[in-house]
Amino acid sequence: MLEFLAMGGYALFVWPAYGATVLVLGLAVVLPLRRHRQLTRELELIAIQHDQSQII
Amino acid sequence: MTPPQIDQPTGNRPRSIWARRFHQLGSPPFFYTLIEKLLPWVGALCALCFAAGLYGGLILAPTDYQQGESYRIIYIHVPAAWMSMFVYLILAISGGIGLIWRMKLAQAVARASAPIGAAYTFLALLTGSLWGKPMWGTWWIWDARLTSELVLLFLYLGYMALQSAIDDRRTAARAGAVLALVGVVNLPIIHFSVEWWSTLHQGPTVTKFDKPSIATSMLIPLLLMAIAFQLHYLVALFARVRAEILDSERRSAWVTKMVAPS
Amino acid sequence: MRPRRRQRIVLVGLLLAGVILAATLALLALRDNINLFFSPTQVAAGEAPQNTPFRLGGMVVAGSVQRAAEDLSIRFDLTDTAHTVTVAYTGILPDLFSEGQGIVTQGSLVKDGTFVASQVLAKHDENYMPPEVDEALQKAQAMGLQ
Repeated sequence: MLEFLAMGGYALFVWPAYGATVLVLGLAVVLPLRRHRQLTRELELIAIQHDQSQII
Repeated sequence: MTPPQIDQPTGNRPRSIWARRFHQLGSPPFFYTLIEKLLPWVGALCALCFAAGLYGGLILAPTDYQQGESYRIIYIHVPAAWMSMFVYLILAISGGIGLIWRMKLAQAVARASAPIGAAYTFLALLTGSLWGKPMWGTWWIWDARLTSELVLLFLYLGYMALQSAIDDRRTAARAGAVLALVGVVNLPIIHFSVEWWSTLHQGPTVTKFDKPSIATSMLIPLLLMAIAFQLHYLVALFARVRAEILDSERRSAWVTKMVAPS
Repeated sequence: MRPRRRQRIVLVGLLLAGVILAATLALLALRDNINLFFSPTQVAAGEAPQNTPFRLGGMVVAGSVQRAAEDLSIRFDLTDTAHTVTVAYTGILPDLFSEGQGIVTQGSLVKDGTFVASQVLAKHDENYMPPEVDEALQKAQAMGLQ
């Protein structure tokens, strides 16, 4: 395991490369998903308010 | 008295089933629901390919005869570099389709692709730098390959800046498409830079007409990672386009109906 | 197809053609400046700059590497198989530096024709294989030569 993490002495180059990739690829998916969820909630809230104002 | 005949776009001429499909694809509610359905499946497949590719690349693949373990950066560097060019091609093609046929879906794909492509380009440059330091002896060199890839990053950033600077989406889409089409000339320059000029970067390993000069046990994880990156692009694109549609169509009847309290 | 669309297609085609033409002309004009390094043959032909630093690229000649005992100084011959230039360098070498390796150096020529380098970079090839395969290949090559 330690040998694997050491990457033959190149751990300082290999792991930051993989770490940055995981971070950037993750953000590219998570950020739009979160924006979509926020938008849906916002629009639902507006719809509910609109609905109630019509009842009154 | 009969009302005057209005010339409908789908009017007088009979359309083939494919023309109708193409037209349907241009309707936002249709591709919104299509994306909703596809997204979890593509996401799961993408995760599977990443798991297989990473296991193969980091654990199963043997050490390189010359570069030792440092070569394992290839499993992210090369797919990221391929995708940086592929996404740009999609950006230019969808931009062109949006420019000529004014198709909303194409414009949305172009707009959503730019930040994803920029992310791949950034990763290709960053991981290349982390690979170059131990192997070549330098983080950066102004050779033709590295410089043209940096130009690609600036093209993406320029496109994104243009999109955020122009408020009207349709004008932004047209201006962006022209920029994207002009930048297409950079793609062959990036690919052939290592053959046309003397560079520090080595020549192509996989994307050449001969047999790839990489051992099969090393090539399979690389191809798996390339597929994983392709699927990641689809997932990120779908997620972006979906949010984009919901935002731009928020006042339309179908969105109102969809979010209405039941 | 409606004429507006056809007009737009023509415009896009003209745009692409114009850009490709401009880029081709620019790159042809800049051809020599885009090359990263000069080869020993170009140095022998006097094409390399005389008094300003430039990059020299080639392969380290096997058996030509001389290391100083007291410091990090090193001398080696760089070849493109046609001509050879002797390089002098003091400093840390990249991990890949070895005899027979492709190298790019930055520096300038001094009077006796030696290239005094301030930076040595290793250029690796596009081949990736496990060490056992490399050994087998070299063994096969040695057998073939005998």
